[in-house]
Amino acid sequence: MSSRRSRTRQPGCSRISDDQINDLVSKLQQLLPEIRDRRSDKVSAANVLQETCNYIRSLHKEVDGLSERLSELLASTDTAQAAIIRSLLVHK
Amino acid sequence: MASLISYLNLEEESKRKKLWKTRFELRYPNSRPETSWRSESEQRIYSTKLVDALRLVRRNPSAADKVSSFREIREAADRVLAVAAKGRTRWSRAILASQLRLRLANNMKHKRAKVTCCSRPKRMEKKRFSPTLQRKARLLSRLVPGCRKVSFPNLLEEATDYIAALEMQVRAMTALTELVTGPPVDRLGSTSNS
Repeated sequence: MSSRRSRTRQPGCSRISDDQINDLVSKLQQLLPEIRDRRSDKVSAANVLQETCNYIRSLHKEVDGLSERLSELLASTDTAQAAIIRSLLVHK
Repeated sequence: MASLISYLNLEEESKRKKLWKTRFELRYPNSRPETSWRSESEQRIYSTKLVDALRLVRRNPSAADKVSSFREIREAADRVLAVAAKGRTRWSRAILASQLRLRLANNMKHKRAKVTCCSRPKRMEKKRFSPTLQRKARLLSRLVPGCRKVSFPNLLEEATDYIAALEMQVRAMTALTELVTGPPVDRLGSTSNS
């Protein structure tokens, strides 16, 4: 593991190629609704990373909100709701 | 003494990693199969398992339990999501591991020493990243569970899968609340679930 400590970073023999990174970045880019809708060609890697962070944070917040909602719903009329859910699942 | 402890933790951690890796490679010897988070069947499986898990959450309507019930639901949602990944991704294993650790700590009624803070720094690839990029990458690595010390391409791969999984989680939970109440506000524009 520690045998490869050479600091010489020649582009030809770097373990992680630039192309690979660009490929991954563009794949990530396709997932982000902000950038996809904007349709601009000048999206830098830093931009993609920033948008990714923002998107993940907003998804987290969304899940939090939904959990909150579900916890309220389940706390209120539990037996009735549970019965509804169960019946609907069986129907599926 | 501290170095011995950290060495032992290191051993544990690398053993755990090898165990995960061999289990995974035994089942999928060729490639790295991806979970199709977009498929309806995946979402349906997730919803079913989530409902099962939610039924076990204690439903105590007292005010003090509001926070804990929210916590339990959030954890159940994340746990079922991580299980759906079938151990293929780092973020899913990290979610399960951290939840297990919390549970064990609570059961034993005393805080266990955290294992991860003594882990050695990974061999750093000295790639010429600009400081802005490095900063953003660090931010991202904090958001994706279990990815604080992974290489940049791994981080991107994990983030890609994590985002797809999160989107499915939102779709499934939205559909679930839709079942129980009327149509909720959903920003992702998820259509009906049948």
